[in-house]
Amino acid sequence: MTAPRETPAWRRLFGPATLFLLPALLFLGVFLAYPALYSVVRSLFDASGSQFVGLGNYTRMFTDDRTLVAIRNTGIWVLVAPALVTGLGLVFAVLTERVRWATAFRVLLFMPMAISLFASGIIFRLVYDENPDRGVVNAAVVTVHDVFASPSEYPGARPRGDELAEDTALGGFTTTRAYTVGETAALPLVGIRPGEMPEQAAPAAVPDAAEGTIEGVVWLDIALGGEAGTVDDGENGMPRMTIEALRDGQVAATTTSGDDGRFTLTGLGAGEYEIHLTADNFTEPFRGLTWLGPTLVTPVIISSWVWIMTGFAITFIAAGLAAIPRDALEAARVDGATEWQVFRKITIPLLGPLLLVVFVTLMINVLKIFDLVFVIAPGSVQADASVVALRMWQVSFGAGGNQGLGSALVVLLLVLVLPIMYFNIRRFRRERS
Amino acid sequence: MTTTSQKSPSVVEVSVSGAPRRGMASRLLSRLGSGALQTVLVLVALFWMVPVIGLLLVSLRSEADNTNSGWWTVLLKPAELTLDNYRGLVDNDVLVRSFLNTVYISVPSTLLVVGIGALAAYALVWMDFPGRDWIMVGVVGLLVLPIQAALIPISQLYGALGIFGSILGAILFHVAFGLPFAVFLLRNFFVNIPRDLLEAARMDGAGEWRIFRRVVLPVARPALASLAVFQFLWVWNDMLVALVFTSPDSAPLTVALRSQLRQFGTNIDVLASGAFLSMLVPLLVFFAFQRSFVQGVFAGSGK
Repeated sequence: MTAPRETPAWRRLFGPATLFLLPALLFLGVFLAYPALYSVVRSLFDASGSQFVGLGNYTRMFTDDRTLVAIRNTGIWVLVAPALVTGLGLVFAVLTERVRWATAFRVLLFMPMAISLFASGIIFRLVYDENPDRGVVNAAVVTVHDVFASPSEYPGARPRGDELAEDTALGGFTTTRAYTVGETAALPLVGIRPGEMPEQAAPAAVPDAAEGTIEGVVWLDIALGGEAGTVDDGENGMPRMTIEALRDGQVAATTTSGDDGRFTLTGLGAGEYEIHLTADNFTEPFRGLTWLGPTLVTPVIISSWVWIMTGFAITFIAAGLAAIPRDALEAARVDGATEWQVFRKITIPLLGPLLLVVFVTLMINVLKIFDLVFVIAPGSVQADASVVALRMWQVSFGAGGNQGLGSALVVLLLVLVLPIMYFNIRRFRRERS
Repeated sequence: MTTTSQKSPSVVEVSVSGAPRRGMASRLLSRLGSGALQTVLVLVALFWMVPVIGLLLVSLRSEADNTNSGWWTVLLKPAELTLDNYRGLVDNDVLVRSFLNTVYISVPSTLLVVGIGALAAYALVWMDFPGRDWIMVGVVGLLVLPIQAALIPISQLYGALGIFGSILGAILFHVAFGLPFAVFLLRNFFVNIPRDLLEAARMDGAGEWRIFRRVVLPVARPALASLAVFQFLWVWNDMLVALVFTSPDSAPLTVALRSQLRQFGTNIDVLASGAFLSMLVPLLVFFAFQRSFVQGVFAGSGK
């Protein structure tokens, strides 16, 4: 500014520049600069803040199991998530480059960035719900599974009376006594609601003894007022049950029950056989995977973060792609380079700096992940899914109330952020000069 | 969706001399490839939308229906759709108040960040004073400071000042953490305003304040809009700051809904409709000011 007269000292000190800057500097000083420095000091004191403990909080940080899990998970996040999203962003930016509705595609994928991490968390807690009647992922997993391994008909069925007993060696149920050829077997089961029976189930029939075979019936022995162990009116046979005749633990014959529950074991030599209802009649239906359990929860939360951030990476990288001079690409093509060579030798090197910026931006984002873990991980597995940013909050404001340890975790976050800070400042200075 | 219909490849291909020769087969392949590519992209886009559609449909079904069958079954029996969950929200005093709190927190912090940020950026670009460059470097450095760093010190400060748990406390905190980005974004825009524009005003005898109000702010409207949209969504979507600094009386929607998380399954009616309600404003803002928002996000990572 050109000042014609000598400006008095107080005006220079409290001139317009100071007035314009003062509010911002006050905020930045009080809320950002001072707390960052204070955290370093605070981390050297105990929970109440009255006792100096030196590096005690740091030793605790690296010995406390829960905090270690959080540090490990943050490590996984940093190693996996930004690279994954940068890669996906590059792939889709290139794929959409020559598609006419690319903008619509990118806007759609960008949309998750506008909504809160809390809402995204609810969305994905729902997506990965363990109940296949709620979680769409498990619904899909169960459908695919059942195509390849058809579900059993009678999960939860159990014998009535002591005709049958659980077979600890083979699974399923085996008769408690042996039958000789020519005898009949009546095998009552319960534990299935009539509504859950296969549609073709017909009233159970009492088998007649026959020469050279073992005849029998398996049925649902549940008619009201009926007698246990006998086939009563209104009781249905259990169709399609796989039944084996066992001799000394070896399978001698196999058959399947009919609609009225009747079965015939044929081709048996003289002697005594036990009758075995195989385990696959009774296996519990496959209910999908425990996505929100301790082992899978971190990958699951990472996948939801990928859902949120990929649109950002695509749009950013696409802008960079559009800025690559067409001439360079065309020249290479004229020289006979394949599309892949053009991509590898020209596009990637030219995009390099931009990809680095995307990567670093994603990295900062990952270090601050809080809401997603907080919402998606159910209370019981929150400790398994925890990350440093979440642990810091829990330790300082949750049940622990240890602000000394909390401050030490803040310092850890600051140390992780420092290289990125340096990277940004260097880039800023270089761009300005 | 759009242009998958141009399948029939033209039969005759004349290769222009000089241009790279491409046989008919490779031409056909690239056409087929483009069809496949478009199909893949449509599938990816659908795949990306499924989670949101899921939340929407869950929020439109009763808790009992949601317990008995998946939301996708509603596509076959649309009669199950109901607005009852949303009626429940409107009748829920706690949630209505928290919705208002969200507005009371995000609107003032957006206005303050834009105002204070613009003043500071103006000074940093158009005024000359010692230490100017260092302040700018400081701002760039603070850009990535995690919010966690300030939680403990500021909660102590608020305790001493007696504003812990108040809406004011949440606003001030958001303003502070919005400022590095605001100053950075606006500075990058201001440096590109032609100097002549300001000099002309100065010649006319306008003071700094007048130049700021009458010259710079009108010119900078697109940047101010980007910043406002970005900052508004940022505060609207916040949970961490509100979790620490608000009380049940001043809590925004995210924090109020959070207490329902413990019984996720049985509270799904409140959670799904509440989450969708909290998304509604951001989605409207996003689609209405999409360009501004995207630019704001990009400026945040420095261009």
